[in-house]
Amino acid sequence: MQVLVLAAVLGAMVWLVGNVQSNLERQNINSGFGFLSERAGFGINQTLIAYTEDDSFGRVVVVGLLNTLLVSGLGIFFATLLGFSLGVARLSRNWLISKIAMVYIEIFRNVPLLLQIMFWYFGVLRNLPSPRQALSVGDAMFMSNRGIVLPWLEAGAGAMWYGVALLGLAAGFFWLRRRTLKAKLTTGHSTRFWRPLLVLALALFGAAALMAGVPFALDVPQLKGFNFRGGLTVIPEFVALLLALSLYTAAFIAEIVRAGINSVNKGQREAAAALGLPERVALRLVVLPQALRVIIPPLTSQYLNLTKNSSLAVAIAYPDIVSVLAGTTLSQVGQALEIIFVTMMIYLSLSLLTSWAMNRYNQRMAFVGNNT
Amino acid sequence: MQIFRTLCVGFLGLAAANLLAMPSVQAAGKTLEIVQKRGHLKCGVSQGLPGFSTPDNRGKWTGIDVDFCKAIAAAIFNDPSKVKFTPLSAKERFTAIQSGEVDIIARNTTWSMHRDTALGVDFPVINYYDGQGFMVRADLGVTSARELDGATLCTNQGTTTELNAADYFRSNGMQYEIVAFEKADESVAAYNSGRCDAYTTDHSALYAQKLKLSQPKAHIVLPEIISKEPLGPLVRQGDSSWNDLVRWTHYATVAAEEFGVTSKNLAKMKLSSNPSIRRLMGLDGSFGANLGLSKQWAVNIIRSVGNYGEIFERNVGVQTPLGIERGVNALWTKGGLHYAPPIR
Ligand SMILES: N[C@@H](CCC(=O)N[C@@H](CS)C(=O)NCC(=O)O)C(=O)O
Repeated sequence: MQVLVLAAVLGAMVWLVGNVQSNLERQNINSGFGFLSERAGFGINQTLIAYTEDDSFGRVVVVGLLNTLLVSGLGIFFATLLGFSLGVARLSRNWLISKIAMVYIEIFRNVPLLLQIMFWYFGVLRNLPSPRQALSVGDAMFMSNRGIVLPWLEAGAGAMWYGVALLGLAAGFFWLRRRTLKAKLTTGHSTRFWRPLLVLALALFGAAALMAGVPFALDVPQLKGFNFRGGLTVIPEFVALLLALSLYTAAFIAEIVRAGINSVNKGQREAAAALGLPERVALRLVVLPQALRVIIPPLTSQYLNLTKNSSLAVAIAYPDIVSVLAGTTLSQVGQALEIIFVTMMIYLSLSLLTSWAMNRYNQRMAFVGNNT
Repeated sequence: MQIFRTLCVGFLGLAAANLLAMPSVQAAGKTLEIVQKRGHLKCGVSQGLPGFSTPDNRGKWTGIDVDFCKAIAAAIFNDPSKVKFTPLSAKERFTAIQSGEVDIIARNTTWSMHRDTALGVDFPVINYYDGQGFMVRADLGVTSARELDGATLCTNQGTTTELNAADYFRSNGMQYEIVAFEKADESVAAYNSGRCDAYTTDHSALYAQKLKLSQPKAHIVLPEIISKEPLGPLVRQGDSSWNDLVRWTHYATVAAEEFGVTSKNLAKMKLSSNPSIRRLMGLDGSFGANLGLSKQWAVNIIRSVGNYGEIFERNVGVQTPLGIERGVNALWTKGGLHYAPPIR
């Protein structure tokens, strides 16, 4: 039966594609994906990979996607951090803390996100001074209505060795952590963790320095002409969008966390207290792990929402995938069908990927939870 | 099951695409008939560009582009009010005409080869000769676009403006940062608040947008014109009679100016013995009928919106807040570029 349905759907799709194509041809509208290899010809003001006007529309897609991933990834990180803190604070026995958390949640949850984005962009960041009057921190970091400019490390040849050293250090970190955990579980004693890690770091970076010297130059921004040159610029569109997405989503996450914690049987807390665990430790080791099972599914949909909401970027000219692909590219190329299709597929893949990762995590949590 | 979900989304998308690509195909060749049957013209305009298309304080649309659509309604219905205006952003406009949402777009749109040949649209005529320029704060101390190296530019997404700026800065070996907004009002607001050093768009629009700034006098338009922006209406490709009607609606206003026919002197001009004027007024020949219109088609246009000179002066001319000189938009007989082929 399912095979039949699948065949029917696929057949209908093939027919539809053919139909659309012949209609477009009759209307003399270009079709197909050939445009992806054509020269884009327009500039983008935040690119995580090298990009110039001479690059192709295909590269524009990657640039836009990375910008979406950057703002969503960081947004998810900050929203989670803030959301969990607020959720816990909301249940605090301290009246003031719990009320502050409540007021925050009610405000940020109930003001439309687009308004919040506009507020941060037009209401707050526009009030920063012009570059010539920029606020500066030690003449190295500057804040103006053009964004935040930071000193940046310019990596030269040989910087790769430092990357290798960093990877080695990460591997060492995980290996050491595993070892200490294992030792704790089997012998009950803790083994050394920080000291061997430090030794490893020194050894690795020492080796890198021997191999490559110091291939880094500090690039300090300087005011030249209209604006700062050099350093790393964080554009205000990014700051406004990240702030709005994180603060807005945090309010929802806080409520999810609160509900999750409330769902944990009161007896668990009391048992932890009876064992003499301090309240903080009980929260971290007893309550939260169990609450997570309730928290993760709605949390996942908040992550998905945040990613999709990042497309509101268009309103303030942050060059995310919707802005550069379904916006600029669409109107320069004109092939609405293909471009909207690609955009939809990108969001669909992002959503499926996030759901998949969160489901895996949830399964693990559920497993751990059942065992305790 | 996830594969099913993916398939379904794709399927729905395709079905929608199919619908989108359908109505205009059916409409091909019969736009005039459809408009007549519907009883009004559907005209795509900007979201608010003073002088070209903008709602006034009573919500009535005014501007050169608005008058263009009114002229067509006058030619078809002898009633310039039979138009429904649809505001479109720069990036929405081509999809709107392709999908049949509107019959014509008169939205300060540049006629370029790519748009003409790849988007399934036609540009019947040019109703305003423009070029791209820059506006900066006067206290920036910049007097030429060549001094803009390293500047940040605010502009609209999906415009020729974005591409021209890229070409200009590159070919002059200058650096720039572009901040491209979807809506014109947002890019003007961002420029106004100091996000950008310069605002760049069509010269005419610079004058129009300048009026929206908090202190218009504190800003200057730089002298350079870095591109050709022939602005004109566009229609769906494949209906040449509709294309003709749109083209000759414009030429009727240009010819009228050339012959001195205005909205005020129509009665007198009807008595003229000048054969050119007699043909324009529908007294000789069957020009209206060939367009599928009445004999009076041009008279109806001129009575409703005036000749090209009247339209220009009323909307963007020196007496208006925009204060734009005729310049290249004068008649060919006065050193400009507006030149109507003979009506004969
Ligand atoms: N002529 C150019 C630019 C047209 C354009 O969209 N200009 C903007 C900037 S002034 C505009 O009209 N905005 C008014 C609106 O978005 O409604 C083109 O065809 O691409």
